[in-house]
Amino acid sequence: MRRLAYLVPLAVFAVVAVYLALGLGMDPRSLPSVLINKPVPEFALKPIKGYERGFTSEDLKGKISLVNIFGSWCIACRIEHPFLMELKKRGTIPIYGIDWREEDPIAGPKWLAQFGDPYTLIGDDPESKAAIAFGVTGAPETFIVDETGTIRYKQVGPITADVWEETLKPLIDELRRRSKAG
Amino acid sequence: MRFVIIMLLVALAPIPAAAVNPSEVLADPVLEARAREISKDLRCLVCQNQSIDDSDASLARDLRVLVRERLTAGDSNEQVVAYVVSRYGDFVLLNPPFKGTTYVLWLAPAGIALIGIVAVVVFFRRRQGAAVAPAGLSTEEQDRLANLMEDEDR
Repeated sequence: MRRLAYLVPLAVFAVVAVYLALGLGMDPRSLPSVLINKPVPEFALKPIKGYERGFTSEDLKGKISLVNIFGSWCIACRIEHPFLMELKKRGTIPIYGIDWREEDPIAGPKWLAQFGDPYTLIGDDPESKAAIAFGVTGAPETFIVDETGTIRYKQVGPITADVWEETLKPLIDELRRRSKAG
Repeated sequence: MRFVIIMLLVALAPIPAAAVNPSEVLADPVLEARAREISKDLRCLVCQNQSIDDSDASLARDLRVLVRERLTAGDSNEQVVAYVVSRYGDFVLLNPPFKGTTYVLWLAPAGIALIGIVAVVVFFRRRQGAAVAPAGLSTEEQDRLANLMEDEDR
């Protein structure tokens, strides 16, 4: 029994070591969103330059959609962009865009003209009004919003084909099944 | 000479490194002071170990502006902080609150210190007990020792 007592420090060390080792593998930037299963914040964004309609929280009611925060200055958004175009082509789900923090109001529209516009509606958010309301910490971030206007998931970082197949699509399918059953 | 030294001291004096832009500062000094106070406790989400008061990140700037807008609109300090927490979670608070999920964080240092104190007390109690126990060798052991010493001498 006395012998076993000497093993206690070792056991404590082992537990701490395991936790620290797990911590090393975690990304301190991927914060859990507190907005999951909460209603989308209310916002009303003006259109970006050259576009007629802006984007408000009302536009999200009645269907499952993606809300994508992007910016022409954001390199990861550039990586994500072709896949959003692909999603638009497939017509799986409407994608709404929040053009975040453009220094030059023409930069966003120019970027979309060059690479294509995958968005149903786009709002201009030069002062992070909507971005802060969504708890955004960087771009790109994408939210899955269900037909009741409730946030169901937050994707931090670009949507790639893998992210789509493994995470987003199964979630969206599940939401669709549930909304049909309800 | 004295003038030069004074000028040098002035030039080298540490300047408080707040990131607040002159254009962001509110006209009302009381509100501005409250805004600064709130900003010091809010984490910049981009450079995570700085407050939004210290950070040059554009998101930090927009959060500072938001804090000031809310104060101007008549929010209390608590209301402003509650809004930001409702968007980003407790993580934005540089001083985490004492509640269910943070008990380990707050109590672990005291707990570990307590374990240490108990261990030290137990250790010294035992040693005292051991010192009281009769020291010295039994007859058998003294014989063995004597034999060994003889072997050594040879």
